[in-house]
Amino acid sequence: MQNALLLAVGTNDLWYAVPLVIVISLVYAATRHERTDMILASAARIGTWICGFMFAIFLVLALMSWRL
Amino acid sequence: MAKATPSRTAARGSAAASPDQVPLRDPVLAAALAWLIPGAGHWYQGRRSKAVLFFVCILGTFIYGLYLGEGRVVYASMRSEDRRLHYFSQLGAGLPALPALVQAYRVNHGKDPIKFPIWDRFMVPPSLVKKPVEGDRRDAADELDELQKTLNRYFELGTVYTMVAGLLNVLVIYDAWGGPAEPDMPAKKEEDEEASSEPPSEPSG
Repeated sequence: MQNALLLAVGTNDLWYAVPLVIVISLVYAATRHERTDMILASAARIGTWICGFMFAIFLVLALMSWRL
Repeated sequence: MAKATPSRTAARGSAAASPDQVPLRDPVLAAALAWLIPGAGHWYQGRRSKAVLFFVCILGTFIYGLYLGEGRVVYASMRSEDRRLHYFSQLGAGLPALPALVQAYRVNHGKDPIKFPIWDRFMVPPSLVKKPVEGDRRDAADELDELQKTLNRYFELGTVYTMVAGLLNVLVIYDAWGGPAEPDMPAKKEEDEEASSEPPSEPSG
């Protein structure tokens, strides 16, 4: 129960990561490509990769803090 | 991150570049402009859509970070009690981060900091003089303590946003100077495909 509450509080803060993920994906992709379609496709890939990485870290931390 | 040298050198300084080349004009001037105002270097090179993208994304992130931190998360301080190393990455955003240097100079030379319309102490390094706090468990707190307390997590969030904006602009400066890391060359690809589909020519003689 306590873990679920902590998770709910933390989820609110995670919204601040959304604009950052979008901006980082777009700018990084735009520095690697010149054509708009390739920039968007690359940005989508990078954004997905960042979200996946964050989720993996979340899983590791959740497992480590299990029953703490 | 390796840059494609042939593409950028071929286009550098040439007025009419072929479609697969990126016209970089004067790369050093473009890089300087890109640092000063995010996107300005690309605008100067005629890469207008990327210029708008960089301007909106980087400046938007920087301003949102400032808003979260109420104008206090970007400041220059090298005092032993408060080494603000974050400022080095925030400085990557260029002109928007420069008022912090002016404010720090004025404070260090005993002058009053410039007052901005929205926030009185915009980009002013926080005072480290401890003052007694009434009704608080702490004996005394300086302005940085108070900022951390009042802004709470927004102090860190604002710092992260402004730092990310500055660091992203470093990539943009590099792009303005050297062109994209992976230049899209449809014309060259088509040529390669055509060459590979043609039968090998017989040796003469």
